[in-house]
Amino acid sequence: MATIDKPKYKVIGTRPIRHDGVDKVTGRAQYGADIKLSGMIYGALLRSPHAHARIKNVDTSRALAVTGVRAIVTSADLPEQGDRVVELGEGAVNMRHLTANVLAREKVLYKGHAIAAVAADNIHIAQEAVKLIDVEFELLTPLLDVQEAMRVDAPILNDEIRTESFGSAPAAQDSQPTNVAKHFIFEKGDLAAGLAEADLIVEREFDTATVHQGYIEPHNATVHWNADGKITVWMSTQGSFSARHQTAELLKVPISSVKVVPMEIGGGFGGKISVYLPPVAALLSKKSGHPVQLVMSRTDVFEATGPTPGSHMRMKLGVTKDGRLTAGAAWIAFEAGAYTGSPVGAACMCVFSCYDLPHGRVEGFDVCVNKPRSNAYRAPGSTHVAFAIETLVDEICEKLEIDPAEFRLKNAATEGTRRVDGPVFSRIGMKETVEAIKNSEHYRSSLEGKCRGRGIASGFWFNAGLRSSVSATVNPDGTVSLVEGSTDIGGSRASIAMQLAETLGITAEEVIPSVVDTDSVGYTDVTGGSRVTFSTGIAAIKAAEDIQSQLLQRAALLWEMDVSCVRYEDGAVVGPDGQSLSFKELAAKLNATGGAVIGRGTSTGEVNQAGAYGTHCVDVEVDPELGKVQILRYTAAQDVGTAIHPSYVEGQIQGGVVQGIGWALNEEYWYDGEGEMRNATYLDYRIPTCYDVPMIDTIIVEVPDPQHPYGVRGAGEVPICPPPAAIANAIHDAIGVRMEQLPMSPPRLLEEILKK
Amino acid sequence: MSGKRIVSVSINGNPTEFLCEPRQTLLEVLRNTLNMTGTKEGCSNGNCGACTVVVDGRPVVSCLVLAVEVEGAEIHTIEGVTCGVEMDEVQSAFLEGAALQCGICTPGFIVQAEALLAQNPAPTEDDIRFYLAGNLCRCTGYDKIVRAVQAAAKKRQSVS
Repeated sequence: MATIDKPKYKVIGTRPIRHDGVDKVTGRAQYGADIKLSGMIYGALLRSPHAHARIKNVDTSRALAVTGVRAIVTSADLPEQGDRVVELGEGAVNMRHLTANVLAREKVLYKGHAIAAVAADNIHIAQEAVKLIDVEFELLTPLLDVQEAMRVDAPILNDEIRTESFGSAPAAQDSQPTNVAKHFIFEKGDLAAGLAEADLIVEREFDTATVHQGYIEPHNATVHWNADGKITVWMSTQGSFSARHQTAELLKVPISSVKVVPMEIGGGFGGKISVYLPPVAALLSKKSGHPVQLVMSRTDVFEATGPTPGSHMRMKLGVTKDGRLTAGAAWIAFEAGAYTGSPVGAACMCVFSCYDLPHGRVEGFDVCVNKPRSNAYRAPGSTHVAFAIETLVDEICEKLEIDPAEFRLKNAATEGTRRVDGPVFSRIGMKETVEAIKNSEHYRSSLEGKCRGRGIASGFWFNAGLRSSVSATVNPDGTVSLVEGSTDIGGSRASIAMQLAETLGITAEEVIPSVVDTDSVGYTDVTGGSRVTFSTGIAAIKAAEDIQSQLLQRAALLWEMDVSCVRYEDGAVVGPDGQSLSFKELAAKLNATGGAVIGRGTSTGEVNQAGAYGTHCVDVEVDPELGKVQILRYTAAQDVGTAIHPSYVEGQIQGGVVQGIGWALNEEYWYDGEGEMRNATYLDYRIPTCYDVPMIDTIIVEVPDPQHPYGVRGAGEVPICPPPAAIANAIHDAIGVRMEQLPMSPPRLLEEILKK
Repeated sequence: MSGKRIVSVSINGNPTEFLCEPRQTLLEVLRNTLNMTGTKEGCSNGNCGACTVVVDGRPVVSCLVLAVEVEGAEIHTIEGVTCGVEMDEVQSAFLEGAALQCGICTPGFIVQAEALLAQNPAPTEDDIRFYLAGNLCRCTGYDKIVRAVQAAAKKRQSVS
């Protein structure tokens, strides 16, 4: 549970009922698949049975002949894109790859790759018709391992890809096609000198499997291409403006022709930013003249969306015998999947970010393999590297016999520390999270019992700023209708409304937030990067300030004095002689004093957050006969700047921890030699259930970020970073085995136990 | 595909008739024929529990039940948990305890928790975790869901 001092604010730090809560506990909330339109028909996709093949021919004639089939589309219906790089809000993308991922063109590059789509009167007809599409394939060798894909003689997935260099990586010399799409090098100080100063050097190689975000709601899109050329998309997305941009670019229509209506979203975690279905549904709608609904199956979600990549990493840390880090080297290769775009760049920037490392070198590779194009997953890239580095840190502590919390305090990154990739940290709370764990009852308690062990680990995530817009209208009864563009995945309507309420001096319940479509609010970047409570919060505060200044003018008008004589204070406008009009009183007078008061606010993306840290402590029990790990107790400390709604902050931490536990102990894409994922159902992929985990205790640490008026730091992503390493360290403490692979599933752990 | 059948059931206490194909699941009929979209679809193969409804007193995943199988049954869905405009103790406990984030799994959890409390009014934490283990949530880490069910049980007991 949280340990929070009495809040210094009136609204911030309290725990009101979230505004969208009643709809969600009564079944009334409308998610993407819940929408029904007049004349709507249903679509299904034909997906590749092969991981790597050339498409020789697609024949849809048998499918078109089925009664009830209204339209069929293939990549031939999508405009040619060429090598066009487009900035889509959270990173640039090559349109050639984006369109080929939506519907395969010359080649299929992973099992499940979409090839064609059918729209029919009902879903059953559409699914039957899909089976009648005849595709002629020329089979190619599937490439499934990142290290094999990097070899110069490896088969090539994308003929047009050449290595792109970042940081101090040298420009690629030859112009041969390659699977290595990106190469990063970041350096600080002198690695060789740093290693020479070390009394102890630890190094290991690590492997992690592909894992999925696992949101419970499958991707969906319902699209109507109207007779006037306007395209309306109802969908589940983390970013309606990004989805609009992607859809418009893919269809090569003006951006104003597309309206995206963000429905309630059933989880995303980074996986609902890329567009898969809307352009396909749009083309089916255009051809059939009906609104078309597409909903993925669970297997489609696993096989054909954007899991987060598997990796191979080599890490090295040097340390003096009194426990001071001298140098670190990291070599990180991520599986991009079919097309470039893994978060390896972020991994390179995160790898040493918990520590003040004098000398370091990081090299990273983004490598194409025959798996679905990878995507962001909660602190993308950071969990991989935290697993590796925090395991090495634990090994150092073991060998030097130093308390792991003390070691982290001694070496922690702090304000002024320069990251290996360049930026210098402003006010951050790494040390404070370690202290919180060190002082916790959990860490100070003794752990008894056979095969039981305790581990700690820390993690870092940047936290993004980016752009947001809101508007807010004062209602005559003293409430405020707040309009925002940030889709609400986990309670952000409440956290944004609370910041507006705090600024205006009204209650959270007096704000009525709505998430609206792309025609109804200004540009807003994706719900991702732990940015919404920070950045959309800033926009809401600005809108509240705009309302304040308009209300000052109204009061000055009523009191017949200059506006400079009145001020806004504690939810009221006060005058020089003790006059006072409460927000509610003024709201009732708006129509008589000039009409509506509409506040507006934007955040421009110039401010970037200072970054978030978490330190976790876990107790485990290992069954040495089965290799199974049971989590006995878990405590997560995290710097959240200022907790706006502590319950939902705790919820973010608890949810991130349990995703991290799943990644640590069980989850993986289990591929056969042909590139088929053999566990593409929830039953076999097996995310944690409530029977697998204990209560997750949270310690909310508040080191305010000075860049936000109330000190907010994003809270959503960093909690997933420490769990795999913390659990690996606890396993070592329990049975003396160092795990170098994720997941640390029973067969893998048993193998290591038996080797001992 | 053989012809459509008429099926008569009671849904949340209301006698209801619907027409369905033998291949249609109860989930599909609830959502697409009867427009009761409170019951959610997460996997359509019985793994996630998002589509949980109660049939003749037993919680079932409606994606694994054919609609023709429920002839004569009494079905309770999330839409029937609310009495008029009053939420019940489980719904209130989920709201007050912040036991939901994205909310897509919430109807399934609430229906399953109602079934648990009907059988076992004073469940232990282990009872709750065991009974809800077929319902997947990816957002909350389950902590607040388990606590909400504990709170609802306590409240219901203190009322009765």
